[in-house]
Amino acid sequence: MEFFKTATNFPFMSTRKLWYGLSVALVVVSIASFFVRGLNLAVDFTGGVQVQATFSNAVNIDALRTGLEHAGFREAQVQYLGSSRQAAIRLPPQNGQTGDVIRGRVDGVLHALDPRAEVTSLDVVGSQVGDELKSGAIKAVIATLALIFIYIALRFHTWRLSFGAILAVLHDPILVLGAFSLWHTSFDLPVVSAMLAVIGYSLNDTVVVFDRIRERFEGSRRLEPVAVLDQSINQTLSRTIMTKVVTLIVVVALYVLGGQALKGFSEALIIGILAGTYSSIYISSAIALDCGLKAEHLLPTSVKKPIDALP
Amino acid sequence: MLEFPRWKYVLVALVMLLALMFALPNFFGTDPALQVARKNRLPMDEFARQAVGQTLSGRAVAFRGSYLDDGKMILRFASVADQLKARDVVNDSMAADYISALTTASRAPEALRRIGLRPMPLGLDLRGGLYLLYQVDVNGAVAQLLESYDQGFRRTLASANLPFTDITTYTGSKSAIPNALRISLPAGADVNAVRDALKKSNNDLTFSIGSGDSGPTLLMEMTPTQVKARQDYALQKNITTLRNRVNELGVSEPIVAQQGIDRINVQLPGVQNSAEVKDILGKVATLEFRLEDSQNNAAEAKQRGRAPLGSKLYDMSGRPVLLKRELIATGDQLTNATSSAGNEGPEVNVTLNGQGGDSMLRNTRLNVNRRMAVVYIEKSRETRTVGDQKSTRDVTTEKIISLATIRAVLSNQFRITGLTAVEARELALLMRSGSLSAPIFAVEERTIGPSLGAENIRMGVRALGIGMLAVFVFMALYYQRFGWVANLVLLANVVLLTALLSMLRATLSLPGIAGIILTVGIAVDANVLIYERIREELRNRVTPQAAIRAGFDKAYSAIFDSNVTALIAGLVLWVIGRGAIRGFAVVLTLGIATSMFTSLLGSRALITLMYGGRRKIDHVSIG
Repeated sequence: MEFFKTATNFPFMSTRKLWYGLSVALVVVSIASFFVRGLNLAVDFTGGVQVQATFSNAVNIDALRTGLEHAGFREAQVQYLGSSRQAAIRLPPQNGQTGDVIRGRVDGVLHALDPRAEVTSLDVVGSQVGDELKSGAIKAVIATLALIFIYIALRFHTWRLSFGAILAVLHDPILVLGAFSLWHTSFDLPVVSAMLAVIGYSLNDTVVVFDRIRERFEGSRRLEPVAVLDQSINQTLSRTIMTKVVTLIVVVALYVLGGQALKGFSEALIIGILAGTYSSIYISSAIALDCGLKAEHLLPTSVKKPIDALP
Repeated sequence: MLEFPRWKYVLVALVMLLALMFALPNFFGTDPALQVARKNRLPMDEFARQAVGQTLSGRAVAFRGSYLDDGKMILRFASVADQLKARDVVNDSMAADYISALTTASRAPEALRRIGLRPMPLGLDLRGGLYLLYQVDVNGAVAQLLESYDQGFRRTLASANLPFTDITTYTGSKSAIPNALRISLPAGADVNAVRDALKKSNNDLTFSIGSGDSGPTLLMEMTPTQVKARQDYALQKNITTLRNRVNELGVSEPIVAQQGIDRINVQLPGVQNSAEVKDILGKVATLEFRLEDSQNNAAEAKQRGRAPLGSKLYDMSGRPVLLKRELIATGDQLTNATSSAGNEGPEVNVTLNGQGGDSMLRNTRLNVNRRMAVVYIEKSRETRTVGDQKSTRDVTTEKIISLATIRAVLSNQFRITGLTAVEARELALLMRSGSLSAPIFAVEERTIGPSLGAENIRMGVRALGIGMLAVFVFMALYYQRFGWVANLVLLANVVLLTALLSMLRATLSLPGIAGIILTVGIAVDANVLIYERIREELRNRVTPQAAIRAGFDKAYSAIFDSNVTALIAGLVLWVIGRGAIRGFAVVLTLGIATSMFTSLLGSRALITLMYGGRRKIDHVSIG
């Protein structure tokens, strides 16, 4: 079986304005959503209490919320968790109360609704720890981006390719952030690690395409850059799509079967992998072209002696 | 012609053989188990193991097997019912000597365990348990030290007949001078004599002479090194104490580790009742033994609202009691404490060290027929938030737990009565495990129920299984025989990764399983890169063997390059992340490394076996 039996010949470069437009639109929507709606930060980052509970029968979310309010828990957020027999309760930081005190109070509310209800997990994160985790996550993202920028700068011989790769690398986590803020999906620590994995992983398509561009230019430096870029992307297209399809198979399996705890994590991976595939096919090379990429930028030319160095 | 050096075949075969061996214990699953340890912390021996086994058999509790592990006995059971029955038997009839903890044990054959092959330990999110992150009040520890210097200075100066007006303590970041004591002397006092006297008992302290409003002053400032040393000491002491307490509680495979400069991370697998555990772990409590002040009237003192000089007023269930300030002994001087049921109700049997014993002997000899009190002192911290302002204050509760007439001269061994059974047990435990040298309070607390843990592992493993199966089917359809090679290589990758994680004793958490799944995707990537390249070469009418060789050679740089960036992200997470996130990073980083090994070497070995040598090939089964 082969999906790409005949060599493809899509005109990626001549249509690049269209793809730029799409990307810019998505990035703008993402950034706007990020600033307007913000992220639905999990207790990992805000501090507070997160409770998961299982009930013997379907539970009424409103009754649960009212019960919590009567028990003195203000601003309780309650939602179903996977099924109507499971609920996630999110509480703001409870002044100085320890986990077992909170647990006792929550147990009281749950048992009033369903004597066989059971708390399956309870997290109490101090606001100080939340702040630290937040700054740790931001540091991790910045450190990863910085290291990858350094790698790109060293790896590609011209800033034109580096610039294309960097924009493509930034593009993907921005879309993940945008999607999480638009859908208000809970943004927790595993999501951050998924984002970092995406930053690392999505670049590898770009690297493969750029490798091919260099190879093509080496073959013939007379070729038009537009043609070389188009051919390079087309030649690596089957590989780019195949690897991503296979990775998506396992990540979708994780999303569907991995349970609630990994939903956000696998969602971030799915969005990131899709965005990464798109950006490495449509964006990174096109940007290099618009920066004026030519054969001589990639190939070492004979070294001329600088005139200034002469006595 | 397609060739692959023989030594590389040998290398691949050897690595895979080793990997299979190390990964093997993970595939047997676990049994419910009971860990039994000696209460006196001595390691269990073969004799004790048989004794416990016989007691259980005598009570008709069936177990699958038992062995000694790190001085503790592990008993495996066929069912949770048997496990719980066994625990009850140990707690009923052997409670004086042994403590037990519910746990799980690998079903892997004894022989594997004997040669050190063990399954990966499971994280709390996969087995249920309690995670606590404690903040240690290291500044409080420094303040405590200053306070003890303060008292020491007062004693030294008083006994040397050197007058002083006042000693002021400066502590904390808000004070003008951090961590210092200022000794104010009356006008005309011999400041050098005072300094020399203090220096004699505390040679490592530095004093500087100044002048105050009413006379000369002496300033003792702690150096940053001294402050740091004190903080480290407090942290390490607390870790030791917490370890002791955790061991006393009977938790199997606990983790107590330092995190950052002033945090302690405690992981207690299988613990569900967090109230009891946290109460004991975080308790800062000690005992003081004091004589009753019988010369003064306690009721009178209560009425006046203050105690006479040298005494302190206490309230013992509504009745006022005056106790001498002078200490006979303190909890620090205890070497052992056990609780038991005595004739007069529950009691704690206490053994003091030499110093404490001498003091007890001296004091009780002089005071027979007078009364001695045991004061229980507990420190806790209250945090309250008013608006945005957060304020914490330390609360010290002092309670007389017993006030009894000294009937005979006591030395280093005696009993304390007047407690409830629970109080006696808890007090004995706290005394044995040592006191916390600085207050701790939980800043993060996560409880995972055992059912959620079991569900997490079940779902994670199922996602891994079904994801891999889907990839297998896809690869076989799309790349035919090459696809099967890729599948075999993929399987080898998971085995190799499992082996590596088991060797490193890395804890497997849910994000770790996710990492394995993601690694499957990445490992396939490398194979796809190679195969697509081979197909491309074939399209260019290259001979099959040349195409295969070119595929591997040309894909090499792309595989290497494309993995570097994922490796960067993995390493950053490894360094910065903690807990489960670090687990993910470890798996991702190692997974990238193993996938490069399996796809570049393993895959090439298999394909060369299939298509290599001098045979003539006119078709490659690559779809």
